[in-house]
Amino acid sequence: MTMSRGLRAFLVGCTAVVLTIVYVPLALVLLNSFNVSKSFAWPPSGLTLRWWQAAGHSTGARHALLVSVEVGLLATAVSLVLGTMAALALQRARFFGRNAVSLLIILPIALPGIVTGLALNNAFTSLFGLQLGFFTIVVAHATFCIVTVFNNVQARLRRMSESLEEASADLGARPFTTFRLVTFPLLRSALLAGGLLAFALSFDEIIVTTFTAGGHEQTLPIWIFQNLFRPNQTPVVNVVAAALIVLSAVPIWLAQRLSQEVEGAVSAAP
Amino acid sequence: MRESGQTPSIRLVDLAKDFGSVRAVAGVDLEIADGEFFSMLGPSGSGKTTVLRMIAGFEPPTRGRIELAGADVTDDPPFARDVNTVFQDYALFPHMSVLENVEYGLRVKKVARAERRRRAVEALETVRLGEHVARRPSQLSGGQRQRVALARALVNRPKVLLLDEPLGALDLKLRREMQIELKQIQREVGITFVFVTHDQEEALTLSDRIAVFNDGRVQQVATPRELYEQPGSAFVAGFVGTSNLLDGPAARAVIGRDGVFSIRPEKIHLDPAADLGGLAGAHTVEGVVREVVYLGSANHYVVELDVPGGSAGASTTLTVLRQNLDTAAEDPAERRGDRVRLAWLPEHVIELGTAAPVSTPTTQESA
Repeated sequence: MTMSRGLRAFLVGCTAVVLTIVYVPLALVLLNSFNVSKSFAWPPSGLTLRWWQAAGHSTGARHALLVSVEVGLLATAVSLVLGTMAALALQRARFFGRNAVSLLIILPIALPGIVTGLALNNAFTSLFGLQLGFFTIVVAHATFCIVTVFNNVQARLRRMSESLEEASADLGARPFTTFRLVTFPLLRSALLAGGLLAFALSFDEIIVTTFTAGGHEQTLPIWIFQNLFRPNQTPVVNVVAAALIVLSAVPIWLAQRLSQEVEGAVSAAP
Repeated sequence: MRESGQTPSIRLVDLAKDFGSVRAVAGVDLEIADGEFFSMLGPSGSGKTTVLRMIAGFEPPTRGRIELAGADVTDDPPFARDVNTVFQDYALFPHMSVLENVEYGLRVKKVARAERRRRAVEALETVRLGEHVARRPSQLSGGQRQRVALARALVNRPKVLLLDEPLGALDLKLRREMQIELKQIQREVGITFVFVTHDQEEALTLSDRIAVFNDGRVQQVATPRELYEQPGSAFVAGFVGTSNLLDGPAARAVIGRDGVFSIRPEKIHLDPAADLGGLAGAHTVEGVVREVVYLGSANHYVVELDVPGGSAGASTTLTVLRQNLDTAAEDPAERRGDRVRLAWLPEHVIELGTAAPVSTPTTQESA
């Protein structure tokens, strides 16, 4: 690298400042989940596992966690199927309005959650006459989870030579066999990366969920939000937050590793 | 070469293809015999690759018919046609090993594991690639990938092998080696090869017959020798070898009558004073050497003739190829600007019809 010593020191400094601003508060949350003091007195007078035990016994938190995981898995599954099909159709076929459809699929991730939430709430209740609940949360989450899958798959398809699929057909494979033996294996890591991101998106969503959950279902973020201001629940909320930090780091880390690995594999291919 | 009465391996009848408003192929009729090494030669955009892709089944024709061994396959999908393709970018499956790539065609046709392994190894030996079978394509060199692609197609024992500029990505030395091997392999397996290339030298070297494409049409189908010695049009004369066209007033002055004529560079004698003995009845013309191109074993002299220009109005030049027999003492470049006399025998004049060519074709030098 041809970088002057001063510039390098400056960049290292900037990076350090940014990372500190992001991660010190997160570290505090983690630390406070072991803090003896209920009001998070600083510095902690002692460490305890009491709050982790209390959180483990909180039925509200456990139920909310279960709902969040189920919603996340279902929304991800729906996104994987629909997102892949949309990407294949848009990348491999030529038709009128192709670019417009592509834009429409990506748009939901850019729309403010409050707009999406209001619109879906309105459509679910008055247009379709649906009872708000588990099903409506899944549908709402799928609208934006599709985007990560769609983007990942489309990027992969763009770099994948179409002659691979032609070669497969040329060698005697019917379209489904070509998909099973060639297209899908080459998409697999893109699907995994897209799916993990989709799950992460769904798992921490709160705005759209608020509008589409109705009164009976609670996802984990909503449970946290509602218990945040109850003084005797605060330590438990803190523990849940700490657990979420650890949990959400895993899929992101995996997704990043996967896309790097495949970057190498696909671009090294002839 | 072709026995009449025998069913051709491939027959194309009035085959045409439009991409939107662009006419890529404008009605092609061809018959390719069984076991023939047939090349489709032409500049990029001439429609040769589109014809190949229609034979493989990747592009549906806009019009016309495709027959393989007498059966109409025009509407058959690629997986139902008994042809295999070697792609320009090889299209090897990156997530499979060399062996898995070669086995692929047999695998989707449900050939038993032991049998397909045996045949894949055999095919890899045919292309002289017995080792590295466990490697991924990304771990191979360009030449090795080329061989894998060839083995992957040959293992299916197709009636016809289609090759889409398969040597284009290789460097010159490797390309020469692969040309020789390709010809040997074709003789060994004895199946029909249809070879697309824009390299006229490659086509002349490899082919039994060549179809020259231009503007979506076949200009001429002939053996390499016929194509070079008796090109049917100014385009063919220019695309295969150096054209050396004489037309308009220049033709009248040099040849003595109207028409479009071509003389191959190696047929022209430069400074014929010394060796004119055997050139009774030769055409002669004088001119000035404008350019000398040193080719090692020979030189190209570009001579501007002392005659009125051709139909395009510009001055007429002829390229002369002369072996470096005794030029060691003199620097050929010093002959630039010299007045010289050119001579050639009338039987070496190729008559390309009486009409002037519409446009000057791209000249391809065989270096």
